[in-house]
Amino acid sequence: MRPTLTIYWNTLLSRFFGGGTSPSRRWNWGDAVALVTLTVLIYVGVRMAFEAPAVIRGPHISLSPEYLVLYALLSLTRMVAAYALSLVFTIAYGYIAAYNQRAGQFMVPLLDVLQSVPILSFLPIVLLGLAAILPQAVAAELASVVLIFTSQVWNLTFSWYQSLKTIPGELREASSVFSFDRWLRFKTLELPFAAIGLIWNSMMSWAGGWFFLMAAEIFTVGQRDFRLPGIGAYLSEAARQGNLYAIGQGLAILIAMIALLDQAVWRPLLAWSDRFKLETVGGGSEPSSWFFGAWRSSRVIAPAVRRFLGAIVASLDHVIGGLIPSPRNNENQQARLHWPSLVGAIIGGGVLLYGTYRTVAMLLDLPGQEWATIALGLLATATRVLAAVLIALAWTVPLGVAIGTKPRLSAWLQPVVQIAASVPATALFPVLLLALLALPAGLNIAAVVLMLMGTQWYLLFNVIAGASSVPQDLKYTAALLRLSRWQKWRILILPALFPYIITGLITAAGGAWNASIVAEYTEFGGTVRSVTGIGSAISIATARGDYPMLLASTLSMVLVVVAINRMVWRPLYRLAEERYRLE
Amino acid sequence: MSDLLVELAGVSQYYGARQHQFLAVQNVNLKIYDGEFVALLGPSGCGKSTLLRIVAGLMPPSEGQALYRGQPLLGVNPQATIVFQSFALFPWLTILENVEVALRARGTPDKLAKTRSLDVLDKVGLDGFETAYPRELSGGMRQKVGFARAIAVSPELLCLDEPFSALDVLSAEALRSQLIELWTGGGLPTKAILMVTHNIEEAVYVADRIVIMEKEPGRIVAELKVELRRPRFRKGTAFLETVDRVYATMAGQTQPENVELGSAPGQEGRLRLLPEVSINNLEGLLEHLLKLPNHREDIFRLADELKLDSDHLLRLTEAAELLGFATIAQGDITLTSLGETFTEAGVTARKEIFALRVRRLPVIQWLVDKLRSADRQQLAWNKIRAELAHAVLAEEVENQMDVAVDWGRYAELLAYDDTKEMLYLEPVGATI
Repeated sequence: MRPTLTIYWNTLLSRFFGGGTSPSRRWNWGDAVALVTLTVLIYVGVRMAFEAPAVIRGPHISLSPEYLVLYALLSLTRMVAAYALSLVFTIAYGYIAAYNQRAGQFMVPLLDVLQSVPILSFLPIVLLGLAAILPQAVAAELASVVLIFTSQVWNLTFSWYQSLKTIPGELREASSVFSFDRWLRFKTLELPFAAIGLIWNSMMSWAGGWFFLMAAEIFTVGQRDFRLPGIGAYLSEAARQGNLYAIGQGLAILIAMIALLDQAVWRPLLAWSDRFKLETVGGGSEPSSWFFGAWRSSRVIAPAVRRFLGAIVASLDHVIGGLIPSPRNNENQQARLHWPSLVGAIIGGGVLLYGTYRTVAMLLDLPGQEWATIALGLLATATRVLAAVLIALAWTVPLGVAIGTKPRLSAWLQPVVQIAASVPATALFPVLLLALLALPAGLNIAAVVLMLMGTQWYLLFNVIAGASSVPQDLKYTAALLRLSRWQKWRILILPALFPYIITGLITAAGGAWNASIVAEYTEFGGTVRSVTGIGSAISIATARGDYPMLLASTLSMVLVVVAINRMVWRPLYRLAEERYRLE
Repeated sequence: MSDLLVELAGVSQYYGARQHQFLAVQNVNLKIYDGEFVALLGPSGCGKSTLLRIVAGLMPPSEGQALYRGQPLLGVNPQATIVFQSFALFPWLTILENVEVALRARGTPDKLAKTRSLDVLDKVGLDGFETAYPRELSGGMRQKVGFARAIAVSPELLCLDEPFSALDVLSAEALRSQLIELWTGGGLPTKAILMVTHNIEEAVYVADRIVIMEKEPGRIVAELKVELRRPRFRKGTAFLETVDRVYATMAGQTQPENVELGSAPGQEGRLRLLPEVSINNLEGLLEHLLKLPNHREDIFRLADELKLDSDHLLRLTEAAELLGFATIAQGDITLTSLGETFTEAGVTARKEIFALRVRRLPVIQWLVDKLRSADRQQLAWNKIRAELAHAVLAEEVENQMDVAVDWGRYAELLAYDDTKEMLYLEPVGATI
């Protein structure tokens, strides 16, 4: 388990501060352009939303079991579609960002910004914008795919970009000296080198994707019911009707589906991808998978599949090899300004300027008290996020250290934790409401609990990884020095955990901000309830069709989260990296 | 006269952007003829690997011309292949596939690629390992795959980039003799070999001609024909004489102090960088010399006595020379009386002597001056790095600062706070 966790941890790290942006990187013009681009995109979405129909009727959701399987498959299909889209986007975007220096200067910061943006805050805008131009069912489907895509794609792209940038120089030179063409280089160097990172990030992306899909499937505001026939909607309908039996069934199917994907797709892929490790020395424990083991030792299926894949690669070789010219002899194309890119930059700049102007114009129309609502909402949500993070810290640190340092405990707790963590928190939200809404301040509690559920696992995994990374020598030393329990925590355990906790917190806080969109405003059993918060401000603006407010609140949330990321988390992360990293 | 294959004419290579350009290689002229085995020998940072890459067509020279058979090189030289220091095998391909892929990339049909690969693997002695992955092999065997891949495509020119320096001594030895056997026995399809190395004995063992380079800036300082008969024996008198001669050329000659010390960063003249050595090792060298008759030794013999590779040893002798603890002449190093005093002294006295000497070094002096004129006599690491970047090659900056801080700390001139990344002047340092 230990190496697995370490890789997981590294994946988390790269997810937030990838190699392209060294943590010490300061703001530059690329960031500014990236932020402006994002702003303009949000504005365009809001503009489109003006035309959205005032009333949107949701689908009818049946609670009968035979529908449940259909719903599960529908949900899965959305995930697969979004993931396929993500992969295509990843390869293309990463390639351009890595190999076109001028484009990279802008594309990498944009990726960096998008990565730290609370994606779920875009949900209303994307839904409304698409509803304005497409038939309702198609709009909601497309919006869910777009949303999952935007939640999945950035870390994948970063991983791919980073791999492309960190391919060892001599391997690259070898592929040049032996005159590989682009396709051969992609197939034998770039893709294998990136494979492990891509697979780990895919697993992360799928986990995140479920969270967003469930949110998208249950999203309803005012007269607009954006729900989609799927397992998320099934769960919310079951909770609304108070049908505990259906809730149990829905959760069982959801968990089974996620577990099956894990066992039959991701674990085998991981075990298979072990061959792509760069280290040329053997040893260390390798990821294992019963499924992969069984598959490989079967005499009929494995060779057949292999032959099939071989044939596909061969025909790809034939097709693509003919299409792509070999890059030989024109490697040094620097310093020449291309006409098309110059013209493109000017047009793009013009569009951005105009978009910014229109955005500012719309924002200036917003009355002052609305801004006060936004500020108050940000403060309230920030407090909830803080509360969730503190609660998570309070229980994950002791438990994580216990699991990480005691192998026997870890043997049976690990699987439990993994299953618990695999359930997308948003799927449980309707169930939570059912249980908590009756309490005083029920929605407030439910909101914090949802944030907690969505994020505590990241923290727990990181603490476990951190605790199991403390070298035995240091533990012996602590024992020999007769450090008291408190001294041991202060001198050894907490400093060793620090980088891991910071990494976990970054992810956790990001997830909590996302959760506020669904958690702070809800329609349950026909009544609308909301608490003060930026998430509820966005939802209320969506319900009312108050578009300037929707624009202002979404933008504010994005900017605040990005700013917190840069001003709080990044310096902390840097500190952790430099001072507390155990080599 | 045999054919001229490679010709570098007035080649210079700059690194970095316009304002911070560094001369990595200056005005190099080099010719390689058909049938020659040429070794490029020099300390790390002298630009020998850069030259190899220019010859292979991986990078165009900033100035001058790189010609192959009289034609200017445009892009990768199709007649050349490289054997890399780190082997550069694809870990996810088997040994056979690693060789095959090189042939296929050049359009060899699959069947032919396979038989040719098997042939070459057989030739280098890897028969039976075709289906193994690189990680299953030892370093020496992996480099055999590197050689097999490079010769499989029958290049006219084989470029070797320190191919033995990542190997243990025994594997390196075995592989070297095998290479020479293939080369002299006509087992290679290759017409000429260009090898980069920092190992003096290795160069003398394999090469017909040794091209000696020096750093700051990288340039060719001497060429030496090696006319020893093959097979060569390392313990033979003629062999040892040649090695000694190369050592003498590379160790140089102690110059008058102002020339030896060079000039400070940002000033006219040659900037003398600090050799990367630890003070511990330096003390070890001096203590060893103190025990010898006349406190003198042949540098080449020292390498053997101290079990150091030539690169490391030459950096140590350079440091001893720079600090005035030793002089170098005709390949011999002699402890100076200051060096004797230093070595015989106790910890505190050593530090005092060291401090006195270190202050004279322009790089340290420059650093101390900067700190002295700074607010509260402290400066951020980043700031110093940025200033030094005007005068030193990017990859060198961090090393230079590390050595300067290490030496400055030992001399109790400087203090460094790693958390704040600040460099301070010690009270002693402030008084000079």
